[in-house]
Amino acid sequence: MSGDERTTPPGPGPAFVGMPAFPEAARKAVGDATLRANLRHATHTIRDKRARAVAELDDWAALREAGKRIKDETLRHLDTYLLRLEEAVTAAGGTVHWAADAAEANRIVTELVKATGESEVVKVKSMATQEIGLNEHLEAEGIAAYETDLAELIVQLGRDRPSHILVPAIHRNRGEIRDIFREEMGSWGRPAPEGLADSPAELAEAARLHLREKFLRAKVGISGANFMVAETGTLVVVESEGNGRMCLTLPETLISVVGIEKVVPTWRDLEVFLQTLPRSSTAERMNPYTSMWTGTTDDDGPRSFHLVLLDNGRTTALADEVGRQALRCIRCSACLNVCPVYERAGGHAYGSVYPGPIGAILIPQLRGTASGVDASLPYASSLCGACYEVCPVAIDIPEVLVHLRGKVAGQGGHRPERAAVKASAWVLDHPGVLAAGERLASRTRALHPRRAPGPGIRRWTESRDLPEMPAEPFRDWWRKNRT
Amino acid sequence: MRVALFVTCVNDAVFPSTGVATVRLLERLGVEVDFPAAQTCCGQPQFNTGYREEAVPLVRRTVRAFEGYDHVVVPSGSCAAMVRHHYGSFGAEVPGAAGLAPRVHELTEFLVDVLGVTDVGACFPHRVTYHPSCHGLRLLGLGERPRRLLESVKGLELVELPGAEECCGFGGTFAVKNPDVSAAMGADKIGNALATGAEVLCGADNSCLLHLGGMLSRQGAPLRALHLAEILASTEEEPWR
Repeated sequence: MSGDERTTPPGPGPAFVGMPAFPEAARKAVGDATLRANLRHATHTIRDKRARAVAELDDWAALREAGKRIKDETLRHLDTYLLRLEEAVTAAGGTVHWAADAAEANRIVTELVKATGESEVVKVKSMATQEIGLNEHLEAEGIAAYETDLAELIVQLGRDRPSHILVPAIHRNRGEIRDIFREEMGSWGRPAPEGLADSPAELAEAARLHLREKFLRAKVGISGANFMVAETGTLVVVESEGNGRMCLTLPETLISVVGIEKVVPTWRDLEVFLQTLPRSSTAERMNPYTSMWTGTTDDDGPRSFHLVLLDNGRTTALADEVGRQALRCIRCSACLNVCPVYERAGGHAYGSVYPGPIGAILIPQLRGTASGVDASLPYASSLCGACYEVCPVAIDIPEVLVHLRGKVAGQGGHRPERAAVKASAWVLDHPGVLAAGERLASRTRALHPRRAPGPGIRRWTESRDLPEMPAEPFRDWWRKNRT
Repeated sequence: MRVALFVTCVNDAVFPSTGVATVRLLERLGVEVDFPAAQTCCGQPQFNTGYREEAVPLVRRTVRAFEGYDHVVVPSGSCAAMVRHHYGSFGAEVPGAAGLAPRVHELTEFLVDVLGVTDVGACFPHRVTYHPSCHGLRLLGLGERPRRLLESVKGLELVELPGAEECCGFGGTFAVKNPDVSAAMGADKIGNALATGAEVLCGADNSCLLHLGGMLSRQGAPLRALHLAEILASTEEEPWR
């Protein structure tokens, strides 16, 4: 084991505290040629595959609409469905815990693990536990939390942060992964095989061997869930690798931390999402493993099951009539893969575990917009609309971005900008003044530089020339030639 | 037929030639064009940057300026999309805002859907590639209209733009708030355009062309950005520029 007494690799520091605002973080990413190449290759590959997988279905539009309606109906009556879920989970032998925020969820999970007397857990890939920083919390409490999803393992061993919802190590290439495995695996368990190469098969085999001893030893599994069915209390995890199935079935105790928006009313509703989720995320017709469990079952699977229902800002988002549509999200990542801004800025620039377009509308609602990075997220989009087009639950991300910009613009820091916008709007509302300004710009055009100082203009002219001003504005041409 | 031209603020101040070309094109097709002088800006820059309240007087001004016109033609997909998709939300502050939406046509919509023409009698003997700006592409669903118009232009060789549907990186205030990502997107778009060997990068939104043209100019690239209206206005007798 490592010399620093830790049981898992240290993370890159407290979760995203002190992150620079998006434009600044993105500037670094844009200048990183390797990162740009990794992201471009990966996002374009998945993007094209998704388009083909979706095009196979002639009822895609209807599925998308159905998914949207099911989620909207559930969110409208979320209190009812959550209580129904609690009742069903309890009746099936599980225990339901309610966590208002990350701290409460972490405390509940820690106490549950400690009550088993165990000091290590195996984890299914889970965004909710990333969101609350569970691994670091458990480590601090002397409990080792091992990620078992291949990409999450790469991120954990690399002392790194996930940069994509579906493909957390999307920013890494094969060579980098091989180096991480060679250097880190031995400190936290079975070392990488001698002479490990960077072929996908060898890397996957190294991960399998490293993880197998953890699966077989673990007495506690921790997961999230893609869906929770209220009518039966059934939880659903969809995955590709089978590590989830191992964690959900081998340990004696299973603890699932799930956001409250993941509930759906009935099994029938799964019919829609089990079609739209795999095609939107991994571009598969059906994902390889779909695990479903309902409480506990005698002589099969975990003896003890705990469900921790996580709010952590979700009810705040739910109260926002425009913003609440973000809670429809099924975490497929199609919006990330198609986003031109994500492709160039990378996931880390977003300063949370939810990067890309969905993160830009989710995080400012879950965390608020007090920090520099959170306040900059609604602007991290050109509003090109590609995200909305691919979203399988029809979240109008550009609409929410503009809505959140309105909220941020109302904060104190935006006073100078508001004044400038007000002034420009005043000019535009006075055509005489506007025309005078246009004429002045035209008459002095010989004096205009193609690069210019001033905050907005300077940023514009860093990479672009200013246009040559015309001899006269259109309205003057019209007056002379058509009236 | 009589229509009102909504030239847009960017075209009025920076690209008047696009307005002139639109007038020339429409008149050649037998359309009577008016230019209501009270028009300025549709309010999109304010609205999309989060200053909805500041957009209200501009929405009101735009709605009033085009009262009484059955058809308002806009040589900008982005401004047309602002009116069509967002004016309805100003109903409480600006009576009649929703009523303007169906009367507004982006230029290629007006030509293809209202006038029913794809061959506008233009001649432009150049190699051209077309960038479909996002708002025209996704919000208005312009589809094949611009391409059909370009394909009917005499002498014009239309070459496919790789990655055409990707945003160019302009995005209004995005270009200034996120200059590095914007420039990276623009550089990729320009790289794709240059790879086609085209002489002209055509678009139907001058705001995108302001950004791309500015980058082309900075690089001294052998490619110029030109609005679709100016290509369609060009004839054998009166070639454009």
